Amino acid sequence: MIHARGLARTFAGRGRGKEKEEVTAVAGVDIDVDEGEIVGFLGPNGAGKTTTLRMLTTLLKPTAGTATVAGYDVATQSQEVRRSIGYVSQSGSTSPEARAGEEIMDHGMLYGISQKQAEARGRELFEQLDLDGLWNREPRAMSGGQRRRLDIAMGLVHDPTLVFLDEPTTGLDPQARANLWTHISDLRVRLGSTVFLTTHYLDEADVLCDRILVIDHGSIVASDTPDALKRQISGDLVELVVSDPAQAPAAAALLERIADTDVETDATSVSARVRGAGREIPGLIRALDAASIALESIEVRRPTLDDVFLTLTGRSLREDA
Amino acid sequence: MFWRETYIVFRRQLRMALRNPAWVIIGLVQPILYLCLFGPLLEPLAGQLGAQNAYTLFVPGLLVQLGLFGALFAGFGLIAEWRAGVIEAERVTPASRTALLLGRILRDVLQLFVQGIVLIGLAFLFGLTGSVPGMVLGLVLTVLLGAACAAASNALALTTKSEDVMAPVLNSIALPVLLLSGILLPMTIGPQWLQVVSDFMPTKYIVNAIRELFRGDFLTITTMWGVIWTIVLFAAGLYIGTRTFRKENA
Repeated sequence: MIHARGLARTFAGRGRGKEKEEVTAVAGVDIDVDEGEIVGFLGPNGAGKTTTLRMLTTLLKPTAGTATVAGYDVATQSQEVRRSIGYVSQSGSTSPEARAGEEIMDHGMLYGISQKQAEARGRELFEQLDLDGLWNREPRAMSGGQRRRLDIAMGLVHDPTLVFLDEPTTGLDPQARANLWTHISDLRVRLGSTVFLTTHYLDEADVLCDRILVIDHGSIVASDTPDALKRQISGDLVELVVSDPAQAPAAAALLERIADTDVETDATSVSARVRGAGREIPGLIRALDAASIALESIEVRRPTLDDVFLTLTGRSLREDA
Repeated sequence: MFWRETYIVFRRQLRMALRNPAWVIIGLVQPILYLCLFGPLLEPLAGQLGAQNAYTLFVPGLLVQLGLFGALFAGFGLIAEWRAGVIEAERVTPASRTALLLGRILRDVLQLFVQGIVLIGLAFLFGLTGSVPGMVLGLVLTVLLGAACAAASNALALTTKSEDVMAPVLNSIALPVLLLSGILLPMTIGPQWLQVVSDFMPTKYIVNAIRELFRGDFLTITTMWGVIWTIVLFAAGLYIGTRTFRKENA
């Protein structure tokens, strides 16, 4: 569905001394997505995710490289590409003071669908995405989750074979996110759509994606299943904080017995990665108790996409890093 | 296909404007206020300004003011739409980029047209006299000028994407244009240097042309220049607007 080769985009920027300078947003990426796949696109802010997405959706001209999307060339057959894809951007797609039903009908009609068809398809999508009864509602009077589902309905009104979702669940509460995940997986089941989405969340990628592409500094650094990516990280992070710094070395020695990585010690805290920490912790606590080491706290953190990213690139996923 | 897309965009814009009629009402009240509160001041001065009828002199200026100002600020709505993601969503559809712009401009033009008719109709009550076909032509020139301004305003909005940048830019353009086009008072009463400066203002020729048209003088050098400038501005506005809407697109 998507085949990109050396797709690159540079922007004309300005350096400190006001001399012109080329800023590379995407430095030549190769992307292959097969029909029916759900692929996640992961990277920190500024890594080139959105720029890549905008090139694949014909919103931005690549400065180098080629890409075919749904069988058409993005540079020379942009009309055909636009007809075949749906794009749900991060910023929304409807005016807050318009009415939801009218927005989706107008949107469908811009794809050349008749008004009648657009209304029928719109109402069908409203029902499928749990938006029934909101046809005449203004988007500003909707909840965040409802608005995101409306955006998705907008992107699906012309029955695209390929759907791009840009951070579909950012800013939603946990229930709304879980609810949206079902709808996104349904896209494939019900419509046979191929889905290409960007995300920050490992749990999201885990639930939804067959494969994850990791992008950093404008280049793809990994392409694998979520499980395989997580396997690169050995286990959960266990952190012990002892009351007495003098006992830290003893605690470190006990933790080392179950650890899969080197134990890091920092004054009163001792940490290491432990595979299946849930099963190991009770034994560890008993051992600490037997050695009369007083614990201030114990914390267990599941591997996050941030950890995956850190392992792959040596940098944190967070933008300040 | 192109006209259908233009119509879809136009209908959407119109529907939303009518649903929130505050702006439409403000737009209509403004020329009425000028007519009621400023017109009477001009009446005793009309003779000194070389006019038979104060309103034949004044209404063309008000028309151009409507065309310039109503339309120049049309771009603010576009920034809000851009922020809501509407522009991006429309640009991933196969619809023509020119249609996306034209549908929006048509809404502004329709509003301007209605405002112009209300203004002229009301001016008759105040004592406007003159050539009715000339007034119709004058309104057409106004609408074309408004379309040019709306297109330019939309282009500026899509380039700056910020009300904070756009407001000062527009104000710094609008005020000199207003003062140097002879909209409120004809430039001929000013000193030589002011007249020379105003010669560089295309809108001055348009105001003068509409004044002549209102008086019933169709085939004069003044009307010719006014028509030429209107067409030039219209073409330039549409060109810049379309180019901006197309930009950054494969």
